[in-house]
Amino acid sequence: MSARDIVVLLPLIIVAAVSIGVLFIRRNAPAAVVTLIGFLAALAATFAAWPLAPRQIGGLLVFDRFVFFGISLVLAASVFVTASSWAYLRGHADGRGEYYFLLLLASLGSAVLAAAAHFATFFLGLELLSVSLYTLIAWRRERGAGAEAGIKYLVLAGATSAFLLFGMALLYAVSGSMDIGRIAAGAAGGTSPAEAIMAAVGLGMILVGLGFKLAVVPFHLWAPDVYDGAPAPVAGYIATVSKGAVAVLLVRLFIPAGAESFIAPSGASTAFPWTFTIIAGASMFVGNLLALREDNVKRILAYSSISHLGYLLVAFMAGGTQAVQAVSFYLVTYFATTLVAFAVVAALSTPDHEADHIEHYNGLAARSPWLTGVFTASLLSLAGLPLTAGFVGKFIIMKAGAGAQLWALIIILAVNGTISIFYYLRIVSAMFRGKAAAAPASTRQPVAVALVLAVLTLIVVTLGVYPQPMLSFISLFAPVGQ
Amino acid sequence: MMLTALIIIPVLCGLLGWAFGRGTSSFSRWITLLGNVINLVIVALLWAGVGLSGAAGSAWLSEVNVPWIPGLGISFTLGLDGLSLTMLALTAFLGIASVLASWTGIRDRVRFFHFNLSLVLAGVNGVFLALDLFLFAFFWELMLVPMYFLIDIWGHENRHRAAMKFFLFTQIGGLLMLVAIIVLAVIHGMATGSLSFDYRDLIGTQLSPVMGMLLMLGFFVAFAVKLPVFPLHTWLPDAHTEAPTAGSVVLAGLLLKTGGYGFIRFVIPLFPAVSRAFAPVALGLAVAGIIYGGFMAFGQKDMKRLVAYTSVSHLGFVLLGVYAFNSLALTGAVLQMVSHGISTGALFILVGALQDRIHTRDLDRMGGLWKQAPRMGTAAMVLAMALVGLPGLLNFVSEFLVLLGAWQVNMLLSILAGLGLVVATIYALRMIQLSFHGSPRETWKVPDLSARETAVLFVMIAALVVLGMFPQPLLRTVESVVAGVLAAAGGGA
Repeated sequence: MSARDIVVLLPLIIVAAVSIGVLFIRRNAPAAVVTLIGFLAALAATFAAWPLAPRQIGGLLVFDRFVFFGISLVLAASVFVTASSWAYLRGHADGRGEYYFLLLLASLGSAVLAAAAHFATFFLGLELLSVSLYTLIAWRRERGAGAEAGIKYLVLAGATSAFLLFGMALLYAVSGSMDIGRIAAGAAGGTSPAEAIMAAVGLGMILVGLGFKLAVVPFHLWAPDVYDGAPAPVAGYIATVSKGAVAVLLVRLFIPAGAESFIAPSGASTAFPWTFTIIAGASMFVGNLLALREDNVKRILAYSSISHLGYLLVAFMAGGTQAVQAVSFYLVTYFATTLVAFAVVAALSTPDHEADHIEHYNGLAARSPWLTGVFTASLLSLAGLPLTAGFVGKFIIMKAGAGAQLWALIIILAVNGTISIFYYLRIVSAMFRGKAAAAPASTRQPVAVALVLAVLTLIVVTLGVYPQPMLSFISLFAPVGQ
Repeated sequence: MMLTALIIIPVLCGLLGWAFGRGTSSFSRWITLLGNVINLVIVALLWAGVGLSGAAGSAWLSEVNVPWIPGLGISFTLGLDGLSLTMLALTAFLGIASVLASWTGIRDRVRFFHFNLSLVLAGVNGVFLALDLFLFAFFWELMLVPMYFLIDIWGHENRHRAAMKFFLFTQIGGLLMLVAIIVLAVIHGMATGSLSFDYRDLIGTQLSPVMGMLLMLGFFVAFAVKLPVFPLHTWLPDAHTEAPTAGSVVLAGLLLKTGGYGFIRFVIPLFPAVSRAFAPVALGLAVAGIIYGGFMAFGQKDMKRLVAYTSVSHLGFVLLGVYAFNSLALTGAVLQMVSHGISTGALFILVGALQDRIHTRDLDRMGGLWKQAPRMGTAAMVLAMALVGLPGLLNFVSEFLVLLGAWQVNMLLSILAGLGLVVATIYALRMIQLSFHGSPRETWKVPDLSARETAVLFVMIAALVVLGMFPQPLLRTVESVVAGVLAAAGGGA
């Protein structure tokens, strides 16, 4: 292992080291600060390692620009979640070191997942992420909903991990390889019809595992309950980091280097585009339609994120370079926007009282104009309206879809864009409605939270008004190759 | 630079009013008013600069072109021609009117109200100026959110429902248009090798008939929802009725015009052949809207809802004029947008003033108001005559031109559309009879129009009369645009 390898691995090493260190800190504020510094240092290390891409390490991990992008996204989102968690956990008596320890481990798992080049690291990253989340989701164990959410996630994640492993085994049986790059390039194509079927089944089972993490239909059933039961910052983490890392891997697994259209890495190439089309369309419709009659803001955001992953799959389906770039751009917009939304929910909540019902937001404009403004910007961005990142993101997805002639999907996207307006505007309307109702007296926010919200909102607006720098940056990405 | 200023000034004034208007409610009113006055001056300067003829020959009298998102072939391109100029003048004019109309009516969250109002006007100006299709879609959706707030926060009883309905209807149209824009640009990009969203690049893109029809329909639906065209109009009566006065003025006077503007600017030039093929359907819908809107207006008890339905009827003339494909009718359509903007805007101000006084819009509870408020009654009478299309007012000129042009295309449709004017007489007179004539049904105490309200309504009515008597400057301003659109559409008288 050369010095360059160490530099490339430094982000992961930093996160792992800090996670051990933070276990020894028993108070909230210092633990949060150490975690923040750890994440920021890892982020800096990622940028330092950027020029060394692409680099493969021992057949287990691969670092190219797209992977580095995914890792920076994971780390940056973790920074915001940490700051948000600190404010959320203030005045709560539980041991704090463990919370941040788990957060760091989850981010480590996500980063490994994004960089996985081998089934072993793939599974390792995924399990590291899942196991940390089991506990984080059930953090407020004194509340029934928290424990229930934790158990639900545990059982379903365990079951889908089994699918994933079996899928890997089948692919290995056909191809004799566990290398993701080679599988993506079609090594698992198989020679006989029986082998082709085995490869397709194996790939399908891997898809079950990934689909569960992405919470796309039909693997979405856990999402509303878990978002509802988990602490608000953790829900934001699940919606962004955990899904983002899996999305990066999905792109690397299904969009091989050099291919300019969507092809599945096996002989079953006709079945997979259809599978993805159905998953994408169903996610958009199911997510948006179920959100219409929901009164719980966290559940609304859960359904909303189901549909947003459906949008993301449209970009993914476009295939080739444009898919990688559109997915990257949309991930940035989705991350920033979703993190704002959950940070606002977290800012209004305490571990004892979660600000989850829509009535809780009645008259927020009168109580806290700034929080209202920030939340409105985020909701409008989720709805894909101009001046926000969401508009440009939706535009880029539609363009990628049109380029690949996915007519049905972009029409479905347009229809769903309209349906979703209804429930986003319901929340906006509630905030401007009436006078302050029975609500917690103080809506003053600590500096850290204000800073998080300000920076994220600035990103959301900047991407909406002047997206060119981000587009130039993303145009450096191409499908993964060695 | 002046074009950019037209968009930036309202935004700036809105922000300033919000930032510094704390405590006093009048600061944001004044600064919003000032912004609109400055815009009106800028439009006047532009108009004077190009001469009233607008006959420069080249299509664009003035333009701005700055790269914005070069990675996607998108630039910040604004352009001005006679049509934009007319619409911008209308925007600034009605902007002033709507600020003045809500001077005393809005007491709650005054700063935020004027911020939203300014933002809508900025968006409308952007729509009338954008020559990049991405930019156009950007402004198109940008005007929705503040308009939604105007209805949802300051509206009447059923405002939440009405605001939501307005947003959903417009959004589905807007998104289908966005899809059509993207597909058009992608097809053009594949053919030429460079991606561009510039209107002038995209004109003349070769499309298969089926694809052309689908893309045309994407644009058509967006503009048809806004205009509104008959089966897609159902959001309009609700939104207009529930909106606060200024909201109704902007909605009826300007937002609906963006639909008509879109037909003339985008649908016909971008898809000339399929538009011609589609013309019989559009003409049929136009006449259906004219008659249906008239009958619905006749049946209303709510005065504001009555005025809203007259919009459905009168804007059918715009669609009729556009799809008749001759210069008489098209000129008439543009003039109809101006006359409808001013006259319906004035009517909404009047109804708003009445509602502020008696707190109802129910025609059955009014009656005999003339005695108490003669100035209000006079204004209502003149505006009712505008609805009827009485000679001497601009409404007459525009409707006459449209009917004359349509006659050359299809006599039957022209006659049916003319019947719409007969219905207009009935509903307009019924409105006056029930409200200002007859004997009072309840004992209202109605103070007459204040000096401010009188001045606003007087200027608006005067504009209708002056332009009705001397439409020539307006005709010459839009002359070259009309000729250009018809040339793009392939001939026509």
